[in-house]
Amino acid sequence: MNTLLKNGLFRRFISILLLILIWEITSKIINDKIILPSPSNVLESIKYHASQDLFHHVYITLFRVFTAFFLAMIIGSAIGIVMGRKKKLDDYFDGWLILALNIPALVTIILCFIWFGLNEVAAILAVTINKIPTVTVILREGTKAIDEKLVEVGKLYNKSRFEITKDILVPQLFPYFISAARSGLALIWKIVLVVELLGRSNGVGFKINEFFSMFDTTSILAYTLVFVLIIMSIEWFLVKPTEKKLTEWRL
Amino acid sequence: MYRKLAINHVGPMNGLRIIIDKKVFPLKTQNKQGENLIFKNLDFTIKKGQFISFFGPSGCGKTTLLNIISGLDKDYSGSVQPGSTTSTKVTSQGITNTYSFSNISYMFQSPRLFDWLTAIENIKYPIKKKKNSEKIANDLIKKIGLEKYKNEYPNRLSGGMQRRIALARAFAPNPNILLLDEPFISIDKEIANLLRKLLIKLWKKNKPMIIFVTHDLDESIELADRICFLSNLPSKILLDYEINLNRPRNQNSRKFISLKRLLSAATILKRK
Repeated sequence: MNTLLKNGLFRRFISILLLILIWEITSKIINDKIILPSPSNVLESIKYHASQDLFHHVYITLFRVFTAFFLAMIIGSAIGIVMGRKKKLDDYFDGWLILALNIPALVTIILCFIWFGLNEVAAILAVTINKIPTVTVILREGTKAIDEKLVEVGKLYNKSRFEITKDILVPQLFPYFISAARSGLALIWKIVLVVELLGRSNGVGFKINEFFSMFDTTSILAYTLVFVLIIMSIEWFLVKPTEKKLTEWRL
Repeated sequence: MYRKLAINHVGPMNGLRIIIDKKVFPLKTQNKQGENLIFKNLDFTIKKGQFISFFGPSGCGKTTLLNIISGLDKDYSGSVQPGSTTSTKVTSQGITNTYSFSNISYMFQSPRLFDWLTAIENIKYPIKKKKNSEKIANDLIKKIGLEKYKNEYPNRLSGGMQRRIALARAFAPNPNILLLDEPFISIDKEIANLLRKLLIKLWKKNKPMIIFVTHDLDESIELADRICFLSNLPSKILLDYEINLNRPRNQNSRKFISLKRLLSAATILKRK
């Protein structure tokens, strides 16, 4: 047992088991399905919904999450890099950026639906606009932190602008991309649910609203759990290994 | 105008002629825009394959001089012309450098290694596109004695090892001009000695022209064929001296010490 506890992975596993146990005990004490259903209830509910349309809605939500994510990453990075490189533009648009960072997600969503109608484009646009400022801020800081002395090495050996970007600038920006991506994924999927709740007739957010009107807590938790697990596996099996591979040079 | 005629005498021997009419450094003190004059009417020629050392106090523009020669700093009036193939352009500012050297290398004051590349990849960087880059880099890493660490990232290596890699990278393109900016300061004396020996060893193979700046007189005398003593700002050449001691030079030998005394005395007089 002691040797097992030394294994980090095992400790993590134990901690999850503990959480489920606490949940089980609490639900037994409360003994009310509407307030807190037990883990086994939720598991059954997952099985039931999986045979229905759970994966259809999860798929739609994931599609929205990733479309908005990539759009925000590309646009936000581009703006951030330009602002980091050009002092004048940074002076002009820094105020706009702070303004954009402080507009509540809900306001952007509602405005997008009012301006563009209750459609897919408005939904994805609303999420993207919410995320762009944070990506911009992170990449701007990253660009400002670029070591010009290393760029000089590239210039000295007659490397082209493209080669310098690829071999010297991007590796220095990489930790910032990862950090933006990580915070982005977590933030975006929460916003997507709100968008779906307010203005779409499918997706996880829509379903949760539906279960809310029926006070079906079990189904709400079932949907949430499935989606959280998917996002967590993306973090564990995609983001983290990529980060590890590409930043192993860091101490 | 005499300058244009004078260029001819460097022509056939493929050396390097450096002319800096004026180089200033902008200063900002108490919101007043000022200028610091670094070089004025500096003009000298370096022979092919010569190991020349510029010796001077801190802040006398030594790094600036190397940046101008390397082409990284283009904000000056004057020109840097390699031997026979001169190419100058007269602009409103005077003569401006338009020549870009194909085979110049530079070892900076700090190693400036790429943290995300391994030791061997760092050495290979200047010649990445060449077919035999792998072999050249492997030979160099053997010569600097770091073969064991070829796949390590710079962050995991000691400061001395990082300098050795930087030295190897500087030699990788087989340069005909190599610039060295106080590469052995702020490290252990023993490691610095080792690096100096390594430098001589690598230099002997193809004997590139080396332009070395330092504020360590012992180092200058130990390494160079020729020493130029620089004054405080605006920087002038106080003394230009050719050293005829045989290599390897021992810093404790009588000849070494007397030469050092002679040079110190001569420059102290000139500085006054």
